[in-house]
Amino acid sequence: MIKNLKKQNVWFVFTPYLWLVLFFFVPLALIFKISISVSEWGMPPYRDLFSFSENGLKINSTLGNYLFIFSDPFYIRSYLNSLSLAFTSTVLCLLIGYPIAFYVAKSKPSIRNILLIMLIIPFWSSFLLRVYAWKVLLQGSGIINSVLIHIGLITEPISMLHNHYAVILGVVYTYLPFMILPLYGYLVKFDLNLIDASNDLGAKPLNTFVKVILPLSLPGIVAGSMLVFIPVVGEYIIPEMLGGSDKLYFGKIIWDEFFVNRDWPIASALAMSGIVILVFPIIIFQLMYAKYNFKNE
Amino acid sequence: MSEPFLQIIDVSKRFDNVVALDKVNLKIAKSEIFSLLGSSGCGKSTLLRIIAGFEKPDEGRILLEGKDITKLPPYVRPLNIMFQNYALFPHLNVTNNIQFGLKEEKISKEEINHRVNEILNLLELNGLEKRKINEISGGQQQRVALARCLVKKPKLLLLDEPLAALDKQLRVQTQFELVNLQYKLGITFIIVTHDQEEAMSLSDRMAIMKNGEILQVGNPVEIYEKPKDKYIANFIGTANIFNVLNKNNQIIIKELNYEVKNINKKENYVKCLIRPEKISVKKLENQSDNLNIGVVKEVAYLGSYTKYLIEVNGFEFYSFMQNSLVSDNLQIRWDDKVQISFNETSIYFFND
Repeated sequence: MIKNLKKQNVWFVFTPYLWLVLFFFVPLALIFKISISVSEWGMPPYRDLFSFSENGLKINSTLGNYLFIFSDPFYIRSYLNSLSLAFTSTVLCLLIGYPIAFYVAKSKPSIRNILLIMLIIPFWSSFLLRVYAWKVLLQGSGIINSVLIHIGLITEPISMLHNHYAVILGVVYTYLPFMILPLYGYLVKFDLNLIDASNDLGAKPLNTFVKVILPLSLPGIVAGSMLVFIPVVGEYIIPEMLGGSDKLYFGKIIWDEFFVNRDWPIASALAMSGIVILVFPIIIFQLMYAKYNFKNE
Repeated sequence: MSEPFLQIIDVSKRFDNVVALDKVNLKIAKSEIFSLLGSSGCGKSTLLRIIAGFEKPDEGRILLEGKDITKLPPYVRPLNIMFQNYALFPHLNVTNNIQFGLKEEKISKEEINHRVNEILNLLELNGLEKRKINEISGGQQQRVALARCLVKKPKLLLLDEPLAALDKQLRVQTQFELVNLQYKLGITFIIVTHDQEEAMSLSDRMAIMKNGEILQVGNPVEIYEKPKDKYIANFIGTANIFNVLNKNNQIIIKELNYEVKNINKKENYVKCLIRPEKISVKKLENQSDNLNIGVVKEVAYLGSYTKYLIEVNGFEFYSFMQNSLVSDNLQIRWDDKVQISFNETSIYFFND
């Protein structure tokens, strides 16, 4: 194939790879380098990996950063907190997003486009602003508390902000479109006759959903879940703005190590560990899933 | 017809003010093959979907063996439908597609296996059990779709354009197989089709539909020979329709200037139909006789028969002639003058 490409077309093909190398692999390699460096005062706050002295080249690398974070349950707990947040939010996004995606996919084409635009409109405003809006809504003097007090349901404002429920709310709200859009992509292609056929063959609506609709929308479920789960594990801004001290999340810990403690090597080791721990299960899952799909196609 | 098997009573259906069905009435007998024939948008598919239970009629009732099934959801109706695109489950193999419906019934595993094997044999699907749907041919998919319905032993089988997705050769073969199968099983078939040849060759009786109404119900011979109006005459086969003049007890076919003599006149007909195969043409040897003389405008040799387009007094009509003799050349050619003849009993009079 590549042999047949003209010279200018080679660039066309390799541009994405160039982008990937420049903006993905190089930064990742830098972080890896920092993660095996030794921390010290100064700018940058770590010792160069290679240094020359009268004894020749000296390599100042250490695995100590990794040993340190894996021996401290504080880091492990924050990572587990993040995993649990990602899991809960993914499940909630799926439960809320699936019916919405199904409804949009099955509505008339004219209405469908309006609904899709409504799903995409929030992306036009800043992510930070949208999270901040929740802060305004949830706070003690916020709209929700004011309304509840006004209609007499409560007398004192309830504290809804700065706990992990607020974080889940913010995450689900923010990441819902990432679940809905891939699901919609699969459901819109779904042949409605299959639902009729299933009903006609005696399957009640629930059985039709479990035996026909669900298995056929599985690729969409997987894609949507990945798009929500993976970024939420490293999510920093939402826990920072809506969360409290009840649960510490991984993203926030990395931030603190970098900018509060100025311990770049530890922060980098945390980032690397987080990626590696997440990447391997996902690769295994993808391979298994690809095999399953291959079997089914 | 004694107690009708399926009765459709005053069924109407509108979609956003567009009338899909307008007070449709139909009686279908047990074990017959009944076709709903019409061009697209005539409401035939809507009627089928209402019988299947996917759509609820705005008005009217559906009775199956005397029982009102109008309000029953599709999954409890004792009937099955074969979809035009077959709607086979792409994530299941052939066996799992076929036993899908049986698993919804409370039947033992042995019974399911027995019935699946029975139907696999009947439809010659052995050897394909473990194949995925996209690994089998269109004809095989059609048989799997049929098997998936028949394994449920339905009282009534609805078929939506059952042969439309097959290529022409397979279609003719499948037509006969379908009729044989129906004869063997005795299940009532209702077939929706836009293909008049398919409807003619498959059906015991058929209904011609247009704009949500049933125009005529009858067996294929009745529909072809005695169409109720011009639309049906033109829809089924090729029709030569002439105007009829009624003058002083004379009945004259206007365009041919031909007086019909042997007819028991009961009413004043305005139109008559003579099918092309009932009109024969003969090359004129002798130019003197100018009664019933036409000019050949087009000739289409089709092997078993030849189509001629004949012009008489500026009016054009068709004559189809069997090619009953072996010949190297066309006997009648363009611009030849021909003598036209037909039997007076071949004329069908109607009002329109």
